[in-house]
Amino acid sequence: MTNATTAKREQLKPPISNVGIIGWLKSNLFSTWYNSLLSVIMLGMLALMLPPVFQWAFVDSLWYSSAEACRNIEGACWSVVPHNFRFIILGFFPEGQEWRPILAMVLLLGLVIYSKERSRWKKSLAWLWLVNLVVMGTLMYGGVLGMPVVETSQWSGLPLTLVLSFFGMVVAYPMGIFLALGRRSKMPAIKTLCVVYIEMIRGVPLISLLFMSSIMFPLFLPEGVTIDKVLRALIAIILFTAAYIAEVVRGGLQAMPRGQYEAADSLGLNYSQTMRLIILPQALKIVIPPSVGILLSVFKDTSLVVIIALYDVLKTTMVTLSNPEWAGYSKESYIFLALLYFAFCYAMSSYSRRLERELHTGH
Amino acid sequence: MNDSQTNISSADTVQPIIKIAGMHKWYGDFHVLSDINLQVLPQEKIVICGPSGSGKSTLIRCINRLEEHQRGQIIVNGTELSNDIKNIEKVRAEVGMVFQHFNLFPHLTIVDNLTLGPIWVRKTPKKEAEELAMMYLEKVQIAEQAKKFPGQLSGGQQQRVAIARSLCMNPQVMLFDEPTSALDPEMIKEVLDVMIDLAEEGMTMLVVTHEMGFAKSVADRVMFMDEGEIVEQNSPDVFFDNPQHERTKLFLSQIL
Repeated sequence: MTNATTAKREQLKPPISNVGIIGWLKSNLFSTWYNSLLSVIMLGMLALMLPPVFQWAFVDSLWYSSAEACRNIEGACWSVVPHNFRFIILGFFPEGQEWRPILAMVLLLGLVIYSKERSRWKKSLAWLWLVNLVVMGTLMYGGVLGMPVVETSQWSGLPLTLVLSFFGMVVAYPMGIFLALGRRSKMPAIKTLCVVYIEMIRGVPLISLLFMSSIMFPLFLPEGVTIDKVLRALIAIILFTAAYIAEVVRGGLQAMPRGQYEAADSLGLNYSQTMRLIILPQALKIVIPPSVGILLSVFKDTSLVVIIALYDVLKTTMVTLSNPEWAGYSKESYIFLALLYFAFCYAMSSYSRRLERELHTGH
Repeated sequence: MNDSQTNISSADTVQPIIKIAGMHKWYGDFHVLSDINLQVLPQEKIVICGPSGSGKSTLIRCINRLEEHQRGQIIVNGTELSNDIKNIEKVRAEVGMVFQHFNLFPHLTIVDNLTLGPIWVRKTPKKEAEELAMMYLEKVQIAEQAKKFPGQLSGGQQQRVAIARSLCMNPQVMLFDEPTSALDPEMIKEVLDVMIDLAEEGMTMLVVTHEMGFAKSVADRVMFMDEGEIVEQNSPDVFFDNPQHERTKLFLSQIL
């Protein structure tokens, strides 16, 4: 009987106006009269603006020339980037030693890419990271295997940006989780400590923390004791980020239904097991979007270290532009820099979306 | 009123597995449980009923310390519940609990939901825990769903998984807090059937429920609570056919 009815029912195709390019245009650009109006205005503006930009960037431009040749053209002088590429990316790292920071960055990015797959998140991966960190540190600092010592004051450019942002995130995230748990603790001393810390840090701008770490902090140290400048900046970034992470994670913890705690309790799990196995995996998944927001701003905020005279990739670009030979080409340099930042940030945010999808368990 | 349970536990030699004596509980100023005295013998099945807000859920939640009592004594399997967290965890490991809203862990597969307690609390090796889990999943007739996530199961299936999760801890006592109240009508039976099987195997059970059919066929004792007190308790025959208190009569007339 069922066969008869299905056979009778003809498979209708959707009306032609709803599919294909015409359908797409109709539903997305011209669905109502004001949408049509907006579409027409936008298309008109694009038609006015795009050709000159295209002309400047691609037609009248020079990609690999001397600075002199650039003086005579109307378009973009992209040559500023390849000519100064070594300095923008590696800064003051000593000549002849370039392979060391490059290899260190390749190792870091390679391991980050390797760690993307959740099936590889095992104990062995943690060991791999630890070994890799030691290798990267050795490559950068040197002093063994015939590699001359490179003081951290000479670390600059992209390696410095990556060191500050990567370690800033990796150390700040667990610290933020502990702060969030502490803020929800039933023990008044721990709770107060965490609240005071979080609110104090969130109450000051990152710049002032960086100033404090680089100018005020050394005054309190006994004579002869110095703490590395990069390390001090890193600590300031970590302290700052952890406070923000803590509040985001706390939001996730508050979103957890009480039944989850009760179910874990009723199985006899203790506090740390409940948190580690039940609450945090779910809470952290909820707060992936805002966490990634914070991590992205950490990555970009590392450029603030210019004010304490560290040469991150933004500062090395600015130094390039202060060279009279290349002085006029800030547009091109900053566009390149923007694309560099964008590449890292976009990679992070698209990975976070993928992680969200993978962790979704249909509830 | 409090002497009434002594005549039920006629076998003097058997020690009660749960002893509650003179227990009171307040939420702020609200006196939610008042002078509760209750002894539960091993293998006894007690159904607790009463109007909403009568404190019946709170009572069974006190037994595994999901709620704290302020006065009196609760002794479960020889361990007295106090602020000592080690004792509380010990009791919780021996007492299974099934919730109205299942409370499965949505980020874990069904089988991982079941093995969690054995692995982390009982320190059972993973492989053994998985065999145990599959055994109980088969018992509640849901083994084919082992690799799915809770969100992919129906309410009745989720509640059966929740029961299996508790059973994996090999508990001495099972507490059921309105296990069928959140279910669609056609799913109630599959959960009750599992509970009836469990009762027939001799599990000690305390069940808060409005399923009076279940109470009649399974319970050794039916308890009626109102306004934080145990008003009346008796064998199901007596309780349903010949209730003693006015409040019980009123309640039964409303739900039967």
